[in-house]
Amino acid sequence: MKNIRNFCVIAHIDHGKSTLSDRLLETTKTISDRDLKEQTLDDMDLERERGITIKSHAIQMSYLHTDGECYTLNMIDTPGHVDFSYEVSRSIAACEGALLLVDATQGIQAQTISNLYLAIEHDLEIIPVLNKIDMDSAMIDEVAEQIIDLIGCKREQILLASGRTGQGVPEILAAIVERIPCPKGDPGAPLQALIFDSIFNSFRGVIANIRIVNGTLRQGDKVLFMNTGRQYDADELGILQLDYVPRQELSAGNVGYIITGIKVSKEIKVGDTITHLQNPAAEPIKGFEDVKPMVFAGIFPLDNDDFEDLRDSLEKLQLNDASLVFEPESSAALGFGFRCGFLGMLHLEIVQERLAREFNQDVITTVPNVSYIAYTRKGEKLTVRNPMDMPDPTILDYAEEPYITAQIITKPEYIGAIMTLCMDKRGILIKQDYLTQSRVEMTFHLPLAEIVFDFYDRLKSISRGYASFDYQPLDYRRTDLVKLDIKLNGENVDALSALVHRSKAEAFGRGICARLKELLPRQQFVIAIQAAIGAKIIARETISAMRKDVTAKCYGGDISRKRKLLEKQKEGKKKMRQFGKVEVPQKAFLEVLKLN
Amino acid sequence: MAGLYLHIPFCRQACHYCNFHFSTSLKLKEEVLRAIRAELYLRRDFFEKGAILQSIYLGGGTPSLLTGYELEALFETIYQYFRVAPDAEITLEANPDDLDEPYLTQLRQTPVNRLSLGIQSFSDEDLRWMNRAHDAAEARRCIEQVQAAGYHNLTCDLIYGAPTTSDAQWEANVRILLEYGVPHLSCYCLTVEPKTALAHFVKTGQSPPVDDDKAVRQFLHLMEAMETAGYEHYEISNFALSGHYAKHNTAYWLGAPYLGVGPGAHSFTGQIRQWNLPNNPRYAKLVQANAPWQSLKGLVWEEETLTPADCYNEYVMTGLRTKWGCNLLQISAMGDFFAAHFTKQVETFVVQGLVRRQDYHYALTREGKLLADFISAELFYTAVAGN
Repeated sequence: MKNIRNFCVIAHIDHGKSTLSDRLLETTKTISDRDLKEQTLDDMDLERERGITIKSHAIQMSYLHTDGECYTLNMIDTPGHVDFSYEVSRSIAACEGALLLVDATQGIQAQTISNLYLAIEHDLEIIPVLNKIDMDSAMIDEVAEQIIDLIGCKREQILLASGRTGQGVPEILAAIVERIPCPKGDPGAPLQALIFDSIFNSFRGVIANIRIVNGTLRQGDKVLFMNTGRQYDADELGILQLDYVPRQELSAGNVGYIITGIKVSKEIKVGDTITHLQNPAAEPIKGFEDVKPMVFAGIFPLDNDDFEDLRDSLEKLQLNDASLVFEPESSAALGFGFRCGFLGMLHLEIVQERLAREFNQDVITTVPNVSYIAYTRKGEKLTVRNPMDMPDPTILDYAEEPYITAQIITKPEYIGAIMTLCMDKRGILIKQDYLTQSRVEMTFHLPLAEIVFDFYDRLKSISRGYASFDYQPLDYRRTDLVKLDIKLNGENVDALSALVHRSKAEAFGRGICARLKELLPRQQFVIAIQAAIGAKIIARETISAMRKDVTAKCYGGDISRKRKLLEKQKEGKKKMRQFGKVEVPQKAFLEVLKLN
Repeated sequence: MAGLYLHIPFCRQACHYCNFHFSTSLKLKEEVLRAIRAELYLRRDFFEKGAILQSIYLGGGTPSLLTGYELEALFETIYQYFRVAPDAEITLEANPDDLDEPYLTQLRQTPVNRLSLGIQSFSDEDLRWMNRAHDAAEARRCIEQVQAAGYHNLTCDLIYGAPTTSDAQWEANVRILLEYGVPHLSCYCLTVEPKTALAHFVKTGQSPPVDDDKAVRQFLHLMEAMETAGYEHYEISNFALSGHYAKHNTAYWLGAPYLGVGPGAHSFTGQIRQWNLPNNPRYAKLVQANAPWQSLKGLVWEEETLTPADCYNEYVMTGLRTKWGCNLLQISAMGDFFAAHFTKQVETFVVQGLVRRQDYHYALTREGKLLADFISAELFYTAVAGN
């Protein structure tokens, strides 16, 4: 155990985490040059495109140190988005140290600070690394000062590196061995293994990535998952290199994987503790949370006949996305579909994109909402996840909405703007701490519903990208909701109905109407777009009738080009849903909420 | 019926709205002309044996950049390899700034018997905005000189809907041409084509987008004024006095075969559409009299074979644009399911007053002409959905 080091890498997007990780793998010969795809650790297409890590990954390296001893280094990659902050915390909990990777040309970013504090909270040893020092625009002294300011280290403790040239990589490896403590734990104690990630493999079922905290796990052991209470056989276990490498046993301090024949991801909860059925540990590892969906939206097939196909696709998606939940629902306008629960808006977008890419499903997504609690005058308590389910005002006594605690780390000059934004979002400032002279952490209580729509983008733009955002569920509080309906030529479009706070209803309604005006194609007749609360119209826009749609020139060289263009237009029209006579393009449902 | 199109891919300056294939460098002019003559030789058997050309059209680009000598050489090659009807319509597109007295004298030595003048407007402001090479005075002088030189078989192009074109200016443009007694007129609504200077200006806000309401007003005025003056509105953008339909262009709309020669030109056999790639240097280099045309496939030209549905869609699209409209009997000949599809889909438009039915003929009404693309697309038969 004294030759094991477990660490993660904390870095902002684009600060070179993947390139540097590749250099570590290369230098330790874990991976040959030939195998080295760029950015080996991000292997989902979507992750690569968005430049973020959605799932965490882990990889084990063997490293021969200058003291002549061989060390086992387990590098655990962490997801990089606020929707997945619980997974980040579990990955951090599996490590004793962290590389704090900062781009020397950009300086430390806010979201990095919040993950850094998470690591410090878990007592991780932090190794600061300045990356991209070979760039002309590197500001080594300035950024080093920032780091010293933030974690109180010494200047000489900061390593200089370049993932591109490989400079500084040997020093990083040496520092990992010398500075990060070896894991503590007792191989002879009752087994406690922390699940910090799970991956679905279509041949092998669900593979859990684990860190053994105490005890020893052997192949064939009967094991118990302490939080779910389920029992399995340890069919296979091993360590993670580029492939799964089976081992007979894993003992305290090490990181590896376990396969137990589980077929569905939702059976495995990240943060759960694995112990032996015989001689179990006295208690599970602290910090387990059953992550619950925060945002709900209806997903409907574009074509009603595809309902069963959609169910099939969602089920397959759920195999490797345990946080996705869904149940059938029906809508007057959209027919049969599913009400789905997501961790957050990014998660929703990812599910939508994966449905399109991996399953070729054309779907319409309704306006997302949070989960409300409605109390009726008869004293019933109802969970409302769909605007349609909100009891009529005559029956409703009152409703409650979920609140979150939000931490925002930023620079002092943005305090004012962030304050204004959070107040506008019905937030309450709880406290404001200066982490350093130039870093301030603001804590708010905010209604979750307010961060679902255009909060994150606005936060980024008012802080010029320099604001981190983390949140945890807090509680439910009494609220004053109204149901806002959108009508097209008088016809209700229930997919666009939303529950909103009374004080926001008018602005929200105006915003949606204006956005729809941009998104709906002109049709042969005038289209009236209205936002209504009950019978009262609170906002209105009009799209004038299409007056002209005719090509000027249609000669020998124009004919086939024009035909193809019109054929394409016609294909596009099939991706529309009709509400009364008005045709709404599929993409309008996705875009309508991007107000501003 | 058979028509020959020659594409002359050179211009002195680029009009901001134009997306046709042209180069403003004249460096390769001689070589491209040599290659065009080679292509005429290589494709001399394009039409069925015994076919006689009813029309020849020199378009561009700016064919009036060619000297009289160059034109004569081209025609010599054409007459050498193709049979041309004695009364064939032979049109040359010309810019007003090219047509001076000496040029017209040279032109009379060639078989050209019809001129298509790129007038566009009689307003200096419009012409500047379009980046045309001529001004309003030149436009007038050109028409007068051409008529004085004996060219009465004329057609003029006008553009409406430009941001600089007021309704009054547009009405004046139409009036002036009518006063000159020009027998054929092509009037095009300004279109923002992708990858043009104009598209860039609109994108960057230097130019407003086309004002649809204004374009509609000006189009409606045009239709009225031309009708009053006794012109037939025989295609969406074309008006003619009796007997002056453009034979060459009409053949396109009726689905007749045509051979297009020169970089970027398209040809049609009735089943197969071929197009030369719009690349002057490559065309000039590869098209040689000793290189079989088939060996240049993929390098200089490409082709596609139209499916029955493609043929039907093109027939609907081009047919509806003409005063003759679409003929249900002709559609039936393409396949009964096309006819069934057409009759079913067209009914809405008949009810809405956008399409007029007369026996087996379906033609657009005046309101329908404003929505020709929308209506054709609705009548299209697309394979995936089967409707």
